[in-house]
Amino acid sequence: MQHSVSIKDLSLNFGQVSVLKSLDLDIAQGEFIVLLGPSGCGKSTLLNCIAGLLDVSSGQIFIGGKNVTWEEPKDRGIGMVFQSYALYPQMTVERNLSFGLRVARMKKDEIERRVQRAAEILQIEPLLARKPVELSGGQRQRVAIGRALVRDVDVFLFDEPLSNLDAKLRSDLRVEIKRLHARLKNTMIYVTHDQIEAMTLADRIAIMKNGVIQQLADPHTIYNKPVNLFVAGFIGSPSMNFLNGALDGSAFATENTSISLGGYQFTKAPSGKTNVVLGIRPEHIAVGEDARKMPFQFESEIEIVEPMGADTIAWTKLGGQSVTFRAASEVALVPGQKVTIGFDPARGSVFDAASGDRL
Amino acid sequence: MTSEALSSRATGAVAATGPSGPKPNKLTLSRVGVYAFLILAALFFLMPLWVMVVTSLKGMPEIRQGHLFNWPSMLTFEPWLKAWDTACTGRDCNGLKPGFWNSVKITALSVPVSIVIAMINGYALSFWRYKGSEFLFGVLVFGAFVPYQVVIYPLIIGLSKVGLFATLPGIVVVHTIFGMPILTLLYRNFFTSLPVELFKAARVDGAGFWGIFFRIMLPMSVPITVVAVILQTTGIWNDFLFGTVFAGRENMPMTVQLNNIVTTTTGIREYNVNMAATILTAAVPLVVYFVSGKWFVRGIAAGAVKG
Repeated sequence: MQHSVSIKDLSLNFGQVSVLKSLDLDIAQGEFIVLLGPSGCGKSTLLNCIAGLLDVSSGQIFIGGKNVTWEEPKDRGIGMVFQSYALYPQMTVERNLSFGLRVARMKKDEIERRVQRAAEILQIEPLLARKPVELSGGQRQRVAIGRALVRDVDVFLFDEPLSNLDAKLRSDLRVEIKRLHARLKNTMIYVTHDQIEAMTLADRIAIMKNGVIQQLADPHTIYNKPVNLFVAGFIGSPSMNFLNGALDGSAFATENTSISLGGYQFTKAPSGKTNVVLGIRPEHIAVGEDARKMPFQFESEIEIVEPMGADTIAWTKLGGQSVTFRAASEVALVPGQKVTIGFDPARGSVFDAASGDRL
Repeated sequence: MTSEALSSRATGAVAATGPSGPKPNKLTLSRVGVYAFLILAALFFLMPLWVMVVTSLKGMPEIRQGHLFNWPSMLTFEPWLKAWDTACTGRDCNGLKPGFWNSVKITALSVPVSIVIAMINGYALSFWRYKGSEFLFGVLVFGAFVPYQVVIYPLIIGLSKVGLFATLPGIVVVHTIFGMPILTLLYRNFFTSLPVELFKAARVDGAGFWGIFFRIMLPMSVPITVVAVILQTTGIWNDFLFGTVFAGRENMPMTVQLNNIVTTTTGIREYNVNMAATILTAAVPLVVYFVSGKWFVRGIAAGAVKG
């Protein structure tokens, strides 16, 4: 199958610092890929390499089956949207949209047609005569997306496009980007540090750390079957509970508690007794009546309660280790209260304590 | 709650609390002191200008009587006309007029040439970084600390080798060279303060080195260019050293001619003409400062200090 974007053994070093380490990534036609990771993980650098704004140290980049490793950004068939919008301040919205086309000396009526189409898709027609300073943040980002749109390219690159917007606008524009992708069916590569954006938008998420892709999978897999401790801890809010203990046969043993791991699908069969970490998502822990249906239950005392509106987050302890869980907001919880909580260990994740890899 | 209850509560609150609304401005003793000092300082620094103006409006007999600060009893504009038109510099008696036009020529050529080159320098050094560009920038800025006198002799030799010594293009080249460190610094710092994503966006849009420069960067650098124009205009107009050395007899700038008028040793010393000539020479930079003071401060704050 022809890949839309294909990255082969890509490395980038700034002097002694290695930012990207022999990275491979194949992106299918029309796929929405999100590069997710903490700051400094190399996700924006990777995007800049794909765009051709940074020269790579080694490796190849293919876009639309063509080797573009040495090509100029304009010849790569990409459009890019930046975090700070990067609109040309002295030009009107219309001139901003048409700038690339004018540089390419396209015919006037063709420019007109494309600008109109982009403006119509993004609903910015009334703004065409305005300057960027007269626009709100959301409108500016729409224009920035429009600038990529008029180029009529196969691949869209988004570099944290929503990070400068306030929370409400961010969720609105997130939906619009999703709608845009559904309509245009272009390949989109989207860089963000926001896991909600990643989970909601992506066909596949690439979680990066220190210039290496840790896991590349669909959001469901990333969430339920994280490949290592880093991915498990990065995705999910509040983050996954980690219980340190030892694996003995098919039971997880920690300080005066033993949890049977029957039903858990091991990727690698554990041999003998190893130190492991058991990860349980807060939303997979039940309390009260529901807890009694769970394979594993324990009695515990609530320490802190955080009402979030839609649900409530509570802190408690299991075998001396801190555990958070998410309860429906109707469940009355007060600090000091004794409750029964329970979970299904098969839904958890077991990691090797030494390597951090999923078992 | 009824509106009655609301209003009674509101008035009660005002009565109960003390200060409310903006704090009143009170004229305190220390404030009076500060203003008194500022006014005195201003008067002190205006005194020489006052002396120059009144002296230039007096006839020689009145000047000889002393009374340095007095307003002229017989107002005359003769010294101003003489300074402009007929004052003698050595053998020629054409006043400051030719010097003024020479200065205009030198300034009008040197300012745009030096600014355009510095603009391109600053643009390239901030957006098109290459191996060694930081080093080159360092060397350029280091040039700002080299005393002019050190390089004058080699520059004379160099310019005379290419036939530019004592010509108008020669003095323009010299001003361009010596304006380069500070102007490049100014422009580089300005361009570095622009978001680099703007540059990246323009590259994705397909604009090249000159395309980005002319279509994006040039229209954005109007404020800093105003500063550069002011800096260069006043600097080049006020220059004496390079004018004496490099301009040649034909192109002596106004400052050099002023010096020749004031220090001329034949005949009597015409203080009123000297004063008028000095004011005339200083008028151009003064006007530039007065007209553009706001821009100047703004640009310096935006470009030179930051970054």
